[in-house]
Order: sequence, then structure tokens, then C-alpha cells
Amino acid sequence: MSPAKNVSYSTAFAGLLLRDLRVMRRELGPFVVRVVMQPLLFLFVFTYVFPHIGQAGAVGGTNFATVLLPGLMAVAIMFSGIAAVALPLSQEFGVTREIDDRVMCPLPVPAVAIEKICFSAIQSILAALLVLPLAYFIPATPVHAHVANWPMLIATLILASLVAGALGLTIGSNVKPQQIGLVFSIVVIPITFLGCVYYPWAVLSHVRWLQIVVLLNPIVYMSEGLRTALTPGVPHMPALMIVAALLLSLAILGRFGIKGFLRRVIS
Amino acid sequence: MIVEIADLTKVYQDKHQRVTAVDGIDLTVEQGELFGLLGPNGAGKTTTIGICTTRTLPTSGGVSIAGVDVVARPAAARRNIGVVPQFNTLDRSLTIFENLYYHCKYFGFSGTEARERANTLLKQFLLDERCESFPSQLSGGLQQRVQIARAIAHRPAVLFLDEPSAGLDPQSRIAMWDAVRALRQEGITVVLTTHYMEEADELCDRVAIIDHGKLLALDAPQRLKTTLGADTVIELELRQSDHTQPLAGKLNSLPQIKSIETMPDGLRIFAHGTDGLLPQIVQAAQSYGVRDISISEPSLETVFIRLTGRDLRE
Repeated sequence: MSPAKNVSYSTAFAGLLLRDLRVMRRELGPFVVRVVMQPLLFLFVFTYVFPHIGQAGAVGGTNFATVLLPGLMAVAIMFSGIAAVALPLSQEFGVTREIDDRVMCPLPVPAVAIEKICFSAIQSILAALLVLPLAYFIPATPVHAHVANWPMLIATLILASLVAGALGLTIGSNVKPQQIGLVFSIVVIPITFLGCVYYPWAVLSHVRWLQIVVLLNPIVYMSEGLRTALTPGVPHMPALMIVAALLLSLAILGRFGIKGFLRRVIS
Repeated sequence: MIVEIADLTKVYQDKHQRVTAVDGIDLTVEQGELFGLLGPNGAGKTTTIGICTTRTLPTSGGVSIAGVDVVARPAAARRNIGVVPQFNTLDRSLTIFENLYYHCKYFGFSGTEARERANTLLKQFLLDERCESFPSQLSGGLQQRVQIARAIAHRPAVLFLDEPSAGLDPQSRIAMWDAVRALRQEGITVVLTTHYMEEADELCDRVAIIDHGKLLALDAPQRLKTTLGADTVIELELRQSDHTQPLAGKLNSLPQIKSIETMPDGLRIFAHGTDGLLPQIVQAAQSYGVRDISISEPSLETVFIRLTGRDLRE
């Protein structure tokens, strides 16, 4: 590939990212509300209201707020990925066909799909960071979190966000707009509830079969990765296993997503 | 030669059926030409445009645009291609200005260049007052104008318009024709598909007539019409239209008459010159009972009917 071609590809790619950032800037308020609402209420009910009404819980010997923080960040990453890619993409494919102009960029079509994943990852990282201050201000019991492992935090944030984007792309390019709600119920909600968000993976040893089945769920590795980096006091998986599993999820979902995207735009 | 289509074939195959949408089309479009693909719905026009614009992969054959093979190097080919598809694909999340601005950015313009180009196009297409509007706030005709402006924003060598007047009111259609004609002054080659023969006749330098994925005829509209060898079409509606063969034979012997077709309710006569012809026809047809007689110039539609035996609108 000639250098000139590389330059033209990267400027086209940058153009696509700028476009998406412009649209996000215009909808910044709704974006923040969408991201913050769920963790805000979660923390409020389970870590503020519950302790006050004498229902304070602890999981595996750690206070619930500390267990919850990395999990809620993982959920925020997941939901942003889906909201940033799956919903708009299924609209653009199905109803408006407006993806066409971007597919006609002087870029290989898979790069257009990859741009979607990257942009979604940017949103996911912002969403995860928005959860952090909430965890400091709301819970009645203090959250024991500090960055214990910067490389792990950065690696998990980036990989988890890319995985969420790839999942969003897979859903968006394979699901009809009228079925998106159904996919939420049968895919997105189960994988968040069973994503070791509200409990660390290690304590699932009491329900051994579940502990094994959830290994197929990429959110498990997001939550556990953030636990490793932020709340090392809570039991967590080995870091290497987390990174490897996230890379594998990215490879599989990325492949499905890009294939689905190509099938939708090239006949 | 700016567009070269060589032995192009596209077969859609699934479990239930096999459809040949494009069946061995060969044609070339010259630099600066306004070229039309005319044919009924389902003739293979949109598939042909889809292949030319890298969105559909051919089963065999190839297309090159400005010397770039669109199948082998789609990303590079897209630099030379502008497209206005059948459906509205404006970016609904961006304003009209931003639609043009970001399109330029996709094609590697700097911020300043993109802004200048967008503003120039807004003026050229008389859209500057609407630059802050969103696409959904514009009428169909205006949205179509924005689509054309956006398609040429990166200065492509060829602009493809797929059924540009579908869904437009007559006034917007004429405005769109003016906009397309104006592109010619910029040296942009235009390839459009249409099933309106007036549109092909009015706009195009050359027209390719396509049906069932095959190229039936290719020439300037005027030349296509004169290949009939006739300058007048006379339609004769008869009360008794079942046994018209003897009448057709009798009329065929008249020197001015070039050919005759039988229709369900009478005859269609292709003639060269009409001096003294009508009384002779009326007299010959007397015993069949003449209900109506109409005279017109041959149009692309009559050419199409001659070529396919069918009406364009069927």
C-alpha cells in the first residue's frame, strides 16, 4: 500500500470520527443523562437507602458499594456501546439508509465498520469515567477504590469499550429495527445481570455451574478487569486471563460485526 | 472514455429462484456526456448503477471509472464517483451545511477547504438560506438538490443519478433538470437512470434502452427516433378490430407508410410524411368503422415499444 493511500484512508477515517463526535456533542445532555441514570439509581438504592433502612449487604466480606463500582462501570461501557452503535445503525440500515454516504467514502468498507467500533469505544470510556464520581458521593459506606494497577485499568477500559462497540455493531447490523427491543430483553439484560456486575466472579463458586457458564459472557471480564485495577481488595480473576478473554471476545464479535455490516451494504 | 462497462452480468441466486438482473451489458460513456439508461422498472438499471458505484458486486464482467477498476479497487474508485441514490440518504443528524462539510472531510479536504466548498455549493444550489436546517425540515425537491450538491462536493469525474425525478413534483423535476444541465458546464459526466422517456429525451446526449438486463439500443434520442424510418405515428382506433390483416396489407402498399403494428383496438402506422395520407387511410378503413385517429411524432416510448413490443409503463 502506498503512503499516499494510507494518508487518504486515515483522513477519511478521521472525517468519519469527527462527524460522529459532532453528532455526540449536539446530544451531550441526553448522552450524560442516559449514561448516569442507571448507576445513579443503583448506587442510591443499594448503597444509600439500604444501609439507612438496615439492609446493608456485604458480598464476600467486602461492602456492596465497593463490589458494585467496577460492575456499574462495566454496565455503563456495555450500554453505551449498544446505544452508540446498535440503535443508530439499525435505524440507518433499515429506515433511512443514511449510512450510504459514509459507505461511499474513499475507504475500504470494513474501515467504516471499524470506525463505528472506535467511536463507540470513545463513548464507552466517557461513560465509565462518569460513573466514578457517583461512587464517591452517593454511597453511605465508603468505597474502597484506588487505581492499584494503571496498565490494567487502561487495558481493560480500552478493550472492554472496543468489545462493547463490536457487540453493538454485531447487533446493529444483524437485527431489524423493530426487533431491537427484543434483543435487549433476550441478550443485553441477561448478560448484564449475569455479568458478575453485582458480585465478584470468585464468590460464584457457591453456584458452580453458573460460575462456568458465565465465562462465555464478555461482561464478566469487563467487571473483573476493572475490579483487578480499581478494587484489588475484592477477589478477582487473574489479569492475564481477563485480557486474553477480552481480546478473544473482540476478535469474535468484531468479525461478526464487520461481516454483518458488509452484508448489509454490499450486494 | 470515462465509464467503461464490459460484458457486465449480475445474477441474484437464492434457494428459491435465480434472477438475471444484468445480462451482458457493454457500453462506454464519454467525458462530459449526459448519458441516460432508460428502461422500465426491473430492467436492471439500478443494478448496473449499483455495480458502477461499488455497492453491488458483478457476477462477471467489469466496470472501470476514469481508468480505475471498481471491483478490484473500490475505495480508490469512489474518489471519482458521486452518487444520488433513489432513496434519500442525507445524514439526518447533521444540518445541510454539515452534510456538505463532513462529506468533504471524508474526502480528505482540510477544515478551511471543506467550509469553502460547502459554502460555494450552498450558493450554487440556492440553499444558503436553509444551511442551518436539518434534512427533515426541507421539501422533497430541496432535499434532492442537497443530495446532488453533496454528491459533487468532492469533484467526482462521474455523477450517477438513480431515478432522480422519482417522487418529485413537476416543478421540482424541472428545477432538478436545470441543476443537472448546469453540471455539464463544470465538465462533470452524468449518468442517470430513468423510466420517464421525457426525461431521457429532454436531458440526455445519448440514451441506452435497457430491458430484462439487456442493452437493446444506444444512440442520441433524435437518432433513436429516426431509426424508425418514420417521422409520424398514426394511431387508428377501429370499431371492428379483429380482422385487420387485410387492411394492414392494403395500407402497407402505400409508399409513405413504413410499417404497421396491430394493436388490440386498431392499428399503429409508422409513416414518413403525411401529405394526402390521412384521407387514404380513412377511406381504406371505412368498412371497419373509424372510431378515432391520432397523429404524433415518434417518441422514445414508440422506440421502446418497437424494440420490446411492450409499453414502458407496463
